Amino acid sequence: MDEQYTSRLEQALRTTHFAVTAELGPPKNADAEVIRAKGDLLRHCADALNITDNQTAIVRMSSIAGAQLLMQQGIEPVIQMTCRDRNRIAMQSDLLGAHALGVRNVLCLTGDHMVGGNHPEARKVFDLDSVNLVAMVRGLNEGKFQCGEELKPAPRFFIGAVENPFAPPYEFRPHRLKKKIDAGAQFIQTQMIFNVTRFKDFMAHVCELDLHERAFILAGVGPLKSPGMARYMRDNVAGMEMPDELVKRMEGTPKDKWRAEGINICVEIIEQMKDIAGIAGVHIMSIEWEEAVPRIAAQAKLLPRPHELETEDVAQPALH
Amino acid sequence: MDFFQTRPMRWLRDYFNTHPRAEHYVSDALIPVEAIIKKPLFGCQECGQCLLHENGFVCPMRCPKNSRNGPCGGVRANGHCEVYPERWCVWYRAYYQSQRLPVWREHIFQIHRPVNWQLYQASSSWINMLTGRDVGIKPTLPVKPKAAKQIPPKVTAQ
Repeated sequence: MDEQYTSRLEQALRTTHFAVTAELGPPKNADAEVIRAKGDLLRHCADALNITDNQTAIVRMSSIAGAQLLMQQGIEPVIQMTCRDRNRIAMQSDLLGAHALGVRNVLCLTGDHMVGGNHPEARKVFDLDSVNLVAMVRGLNEGKFQCGEELKPAPRFFIGAVENPFAPPYEFRPHRLKKKIDAGAQFIQTQMIFNVTRFKDFMAHVCELDLHERAFILAGVGPLKSPGMARYMRDNVAGMEMPDELVKRMEGTPKDKWRAEGINICVEIIEQMKDIAGIAGVHIMSIEWEEAVPRIAAQAKLLPRPHELETEDVAQPALH
Repeated sequence: MDFFQTRPMRWLRDYFNTHPRAEHYVSDALIPVEAIIKKPLFGCQECGQCLLHENGFVCPMRCPKNSRNGPCGGVRANGHCEVYPERWCVWYRAYYQSQRLPVWREHIFQIHRPVNWQLYQASSSWINMLTGRDVGIKPTLPVKPKAAKQIPPKVTAQ
């Protein structure tokens, strides 16, 4: 990795025309082997792996610990930092600790509310919101704590943020993205895309505000496992838009082809993303189905990744 | 706001900035007044750093995630909250109401500071607006703190 880049992810975003990140959910136990196995599965098909921070407010292994396990294997992690469980003191302390371990990519989120998780009675924190969290990490990069005190030597983070184009008020979403980029976000990952029309509208607004010039926008995609999953996402998941055509398409597929069809849909969406102006890559989220990611990356012709070309001694995995 | 730049307001600001005890008394006296007005109208949460006029007169502290800078990604398709499905998303209403106002329409697009939890339910936002506590201006303590009153020892009859 060149010195001018903060992380390998930044290098991939700046030097390749289409970057790939994938998501890795830590286990609901203390087993390091789960992370290592998932890391081995995903290392060849993504430039960096997101380690989620107790997503949907269900207790899992810590994001920073998972990142450390991945780094031992030579995989580039992106840690997620949510505002749900920590106040600004704990967050800054965790960020400094993560930097000391070698983490360079941080994704700043507000975090899912605990009402949908397995500890709905927990105390909420939400000390900062995601925009102010991004601003705080930028402040750390510039050598000052959130309170204004000096921090020397300053850490160097590559700051990410998220945006969901599929939740109302739709007109306000690009402006909220602008807030995050103004606060210092350098790359953006979006919510899972199924409604491409809505996403194109969103990206047109984003390009009007010139945001795609100031940050790398990674389109979030993911495979469907079954018609039941598609129906559940359409009816029950807040902030997700599932067009009826996709549900019908999944319902019209025989049971043994469900998974292959889900991957086909995902690959078609990635192909459409390649044509949208301002998209710098994709972020593949496969919810508890990591085996799909190498197949999606291969079918969408996203392989091999640049960091794999540098290290020639690594054997390429057999693709399904 | 120009009102706070008038001469009596400037004098009052300087007075409060050098007399923290006076500020404290006035602020404490104004908390119930402010609550009586703002609670029924806007569902005020007494955060002491009011963002009502920036947000179309919808209180952002009613958001379960205490977001000060816009809606989270969990807003339902009908504009309701992810956490309380029967309630409107605070930010959904804030966005559309603020765009209907004749003034302050652009304020919702600005980045707002994180909440100062020292002021939360402990001070009046009107006083904080005057003194600038809500934008992070700290009081300048008086040069010489007042000495504690000496209580004379009890004289018992011999």
